[in-house]
Amino acid sequence: MLYANIVVQGLLTGAVYALMALGLSVIFGVIRIVNFAHGEMMVVGMFAAYLIFQATGIDPLFAMPAVAALLFAFGYVLQRGLINRFVGRPDYMQFLLLLGIAIMLTSANLMAFGPDARNVPLDYAFDSYEVGGLLLDKVRVLAASGSLAGAAVLWAFFRFTRTGKAIRACADNHVGAQVVGLDVRRLYAITFGIGAACVGAAGSLMLLLVDVHPYIATDYTLLAFIIVIVGGLGSLAGALLGGLLIGVTEALSGFLIAPSMKSMFSFGLLILILLLRPQGLLGGARR
Amino acid sequence: MTTLPAPAKAAAGLPLRSRIGLGLFVAAMLAAPFFVGDYVLSVLIIVLFSAYLGQAWNIMMGFAGQLSIGHALYVGLGAYASAALFVHFGLPPWIGMLVGVALATLVGSAIGALGFRFGVQGVYFALLTIAFAEFTRVLFDHFDWVGGSGGLFLPVTNRGGNDLVNLRGSPVMFYYLLLAMTLGVLALCRALLRRRIGYYWLAIREDQDAAQAAGIDVFRCKVLAVALSAGLTAVAGVLQAFYNNNLYPETTFATGRSVEIMLAPIIGGLGTLFGPVLGAFALTALGEGLTTLVGRLAESGYGLHLDGLKPFLYGLTLVLIIAMQPTGLWPWLCRLGASLSGRNRRRRAVAGTERRA
Repeated sequence: MLYANIVVQGLLTGAVYALMALGLSVIFGVIRIVNFAHGEMMVVGMFAAYLIFQATGIDPLFAMPAVAALLFAFGYVLQRGLINRFVGRPDYMQFLLLLGIAIMLTSANLMAFGPDARNVPLDYAFDSYEVGGLLLDKVRVLAASGSLAGAAVLWAFFRFTRTGKAIRACADNHVGAQVVGLDVRRLYAITFGIGAACVGAAGSLMLLLVDVHPYIATDYTLLAFIIVIVGGLGSLAGALLGGLLIGVTEALSGFLIAPSMKSMFSFGLLILILLLRPQGLLGGARR
Repeated sequence: MTTLPAPAKAAAGLPLRSRIGLGLFVAAMLAAPFFVGDYVLSVLIIVLFSAYLGQAWNIMMGFAGQLSIGHALYVGLGAYASAALFVHFGLPPWIGMLVGVALATLVGSAIGALGFRFGVQGVYFALLTIAFAEFTRVLFDHFDWVGGSGGLFLPVTNRGGNDLVNLRGSPVMFYYLLLAMTLGVLALCRALLRRRIGYYWLAIREDQDAAQAAGIDVFRCKVLAVALSAGLTAVAGVLQAFYNNNLYPETTFATGRSVEIMLAPIIGGLGTLFGPVLGAFALTALGEGLTTLVGRLAESGYGLHLDGLKPFLYGLTLVLIIAMQPTGLWPWLCRLGASLSGRNRRRRAVAGTERRA
C-alpha cells in the first residue's frame, strides 16, 4: 500500500511534468528547434503566478489561463522577432541563441525577485484526500487535474481548429504547407506561443507543489528533455506518458534510495532510451 | 552544416602576415607575467583555460561535426583522478594525469561508440552527452572516496616555491604551463587538419553519408575525434584541480560548465584554428568588463538586484553575436581584413555569398 501511494503521488506530479514537456514537444515537433530555454520559461510562468497571487490573492490554479496567455504572447513575439531567423540553421547556432535567451530570462528573474525561494501560502496546502486506503495530497490532485485539462485543450486545438490543422500540416510537410499558401512564419510564431503557454500553465501549477527561485530553471529544462526523449520527441501522447513515467521513477527512486539520487535514475533512463529506442517510446520514424 | 568556414584553408601554409601576427602574439603572452599584476594574470589564466578547452572541444564539433554538451565530464574525470590519487596516495599529478587522460579517453570512446553504433545523431547525440555528464555528476555526489558532494580539497603547502613535479606553486607557473599547452594543442590541431584524418573529419562534418559512400570509416573517425577531444580535455582538468585546490561535483560536472567550454569556440569561430583563442579572449574580457561595469553601477546605488545584471548583459551579447555573426568572430575578422586590404575582391564576393547562405 505504501508503494501504491508513492506511485500515485509520482503519477500526479508526473502529470504536471507532462504539461511542461508537452510545450517542448510541440515546439520541436513543428519548428524543429530544441527550446533550451524551456525551464527558464517555466520559471517565468511561476513568478507570474506568484505575482498574481501577491497582488490579488488568486489561487495559481485559477491564474493558470492568464499566465498561459501571458507566456503565449511572449513566445509569439520571441519567435516572430528572433527565432524565425534561425529555423533551418545548424543545431549549435540555435542552441547558442536559446542559451542566450535562457541566461537573460534567469538573470531578469534574479534582478526582479532576488535569489530567495518563494512560495504561495495556500490554506489547503496540507489537506489530503483518502481514496480506498490511498492518501492523496490535495495540491497534487488539483495540479494534476489542471494539467490534464490543459493537455485536453491542447489536443482539441490541434484536432478541431483550422489553425491547429494548419500547424500540423506545417509539421508534416514544411514545403507542402508553403505551397498551399499557409503563412508558415506566422504559424511557427503561434506554435512557439502555444509551447510557451503550455510551459507557463505548467509553471502556474508547479507553484502549488514547489518553491520558486531563479536557479531551479536549468533542472527543469533538463527534466523536460528527459521526458520528451523518453516519450518520443514531437509526440504529444509520448510527452504525457514520459511525464508520468518520470514522475513515478523520481518518486520511487527518491523513496527507495535517496532523494538526491533521483535525477541519476532519470538520466540513466534517458541514456537507455537514447541508445535502444532513440525515437522514444511512442515516437514514430525519426525525421 | 554548409555555413561553416573551411578550416583546411586556414591550415594551409601560413602567409607571412599571419606568421608575424602569431609571433607577436606568442611574444606578448610570454612577456605578460613580467608586466601585469596579479589580477590580470589570474584573468589571463582563465583565458588560457578557456582557449585550451575550447580548442579540445573544437576537434569534436568544429572538425568532426559531433556536438557535445557534456565536456565537463572529461574535465572532471581528469581533475578527480589526479586529485584523488594525490590526496590519498601522494602520487604526483603527472601520474594522475596519465590515469585521468586514460579514463577520459576510455569514457569518451565508450560514449561515442555507443552513440554512433546505435545511430544517435545531431541533437540526440548532444542530449546523450548531457545525460552522461549529469549522470556522473550525481554519481560523484555520492562517491565518498572523492569527498562526495562535500568536495575534495588539495592540501595547500609550499606556496612559496614552484614544485613542477607536484604542481604546487605560483600562478605564474600555471600560466606558463597553460600557455605551453594551448600552443601545443594549436599546433596539434593544425597538424591534424593537414593530415588524412583531418580531411576525413571535415568530410564527415559536411556530409556524413557522402563520406561513408566515399569509403571513409565514419564510425572509427568519429570515435577517434571523441577520444582525442576527451583525452585532451582531461589534461586541463588536472591543471584546474591543482590550480583551484578544490573540487565539487556540483560545479565540476555541471551542464553550465560544459556550456562554458563550448562558448569560446562557437563565438570565436567553429572549426577554425584561432577562433577558440579569440573567443576565449573576447568572452573573458566581456565577463570581466561587465563585472567592473556592474560594480560601478552598484556603487552609484540603484535598488535593483544588480547581481542579475551581469549575466543579463552577457546573455544579450551572446544573442547579438549569434544573430549578427553566426559563423563567429574570427571568420568575420578575416573577411574584414580581406576587404580592408582591398586586394582580394574575389574572396570578398565569396564571403558575401557565405553570409547569405
